[in-house]
Amino acid sequence: MLKGRHLIEPRDFSLEELDEIFALAEDIIKNEKDYLDKCRGKLLASLFYEPSTRTRFSFESAMYRLGGQVVGFSEAASSSVSKGESVADTIKTIACYSDIAVMRHPKEGAPLLASQNTDMPIINAGDGGHQHPTQTLTDLLTIRILKKDLSNHTIGLCGDLKFGRTVHSLVKAMKRYLNINFVFISPEELQIPDYIKDDLQENSYYETESLDEVIDKLDILYMTRVQKERFFNEEDYVRLKDSYILTNEKLKNSKEDLIIMHPLPRVNEIAVEVDRDKRAVYFDQAKFGMYVRMALILKLLGVE
Amino acid sequence: MLNIDSIKKGIVIDHIKEGYGYKIFKELGLHKVDYRVALIRNVSSRKQGKKDLIKIENRIDLDLNVLGIIDPDLTVNIIEDEEIKEKIKLSLPEKIKGIFNCKNPRCITSEENIENVEFILVDKDKKEYRCEYCDTKTSL
Repeated sequence: MLKGRHLIEPRDFSLEELDEIFALAEDIIKNEKDYLDKCRGKLLASLFYEPSTRTRFSFESAMYRLGGQVVGFSEAASSSVSKGESVADTIKTIACYSDIAVMRHPKEGAPLLASQNTDMPIINAGDGGHQHPTQTLTDLLTIRILKKDLSNHTIGLCGDLKFGRTVHSLVKAMKRYLNINFVFISPEELQIPDYIKDDLQENSYYETESLDEVIDKLDILYMTRVQKERFFNEEDYVRLKDSYILTNEKLKNSKEDLIIMHPLPRVNEIAVEVDRDKRAVYFDQAKFGMYVRMALILKLLGVE
Repeated sequence: MLNIDSIKKGIVIDHIKEGYGYKIFKELGLHKVDYRVALIRNVSSRKQGKKDLIKIENRIDLDLNVLGIIDPDLTVNIIEDEEIKEKIKLSLPEKIKGIFNCKNPRCITSEENIENVEFILVDKDKKEYRCEYCDTKTSL
């Protein structure tokens, strides 16, 4: 039963509960008209303490497509936080008006703090470089629909694995499924944090700086952006930047049924020419994201 | 020969790892109290070679979690009528509150005043705990 629960990190839900959400999302995709009025009279508080057009639009579109309404703010400066109000006080107040809240915050753990101060369901829409569980739901639904199964995959995660919260959440979530192998592809400066690796069995992951070395072994390639400002020196950035730009040439050795995912927005880590490859699924992924958020809202509100 | 009186009623913290006595003494605030206390360092020990020892002539509420984090191998002896009435063995607590501050500047605890942040034990050997809010590891 998910009614009244919070989603702060992917492991807040059991695999069975995730399956329920995915099954509902798949039903919404097939029968969208049946869900148009499900949230009539319900209000989503959209609390974005930092800009995030894509995630915010995805949530707000999800609520509007369910017939609900949305209130909120899209940056801290336009909220009461600019007057010094605490997260705890903000959420206690917002809970007086709303039925459910989604929170994006630059500080890690802010949505957990919010959830400790209200019974209203809180959804973490990203907290610093820490967690982004609804992106994970999006990623899992994409894999489930396009690969037919969430088990038995080799997943390459490529780019900024140190600060990439979508990567952290996805690894935490996927390690719960059977026979999953992770390949972490990143420059040394941007390696996956130890606390994520500590949770994995030693033989279930492999670390490398080279995408070319491993691309033929992957069932799923999850690209993220490598930002110049993350590097300590220009020389390292120049040396590595091209290794992580996915092109048709680089894809030559990859499997026919590979799927290429990206949490988006893309800058230059995937060449536009790759968009035409049937293995490029990142725009489908964005659409699945809206449907899985619709399913999540319905489940947490208990209005299926 | 250094001679320290035995105590009638109070607490003896024994088998403190050499060099950790002063840390515990300060952590318990014993440098500020007005009853008799003694910190004895570099005591010969058959088991440990050298150890530290603290005697407290008072029955105070000890935070066993703090002691467990500093040195989980020490022993707390409760003394009454100059005899050991109870021996308490410590262990690293699985969860602790109010002892650590998260060192991650991106953690919400660095911005907001949150009472009793919980830290969860992740590595007994390294005595490492992770912040409940941001998962960042810390140790004493």
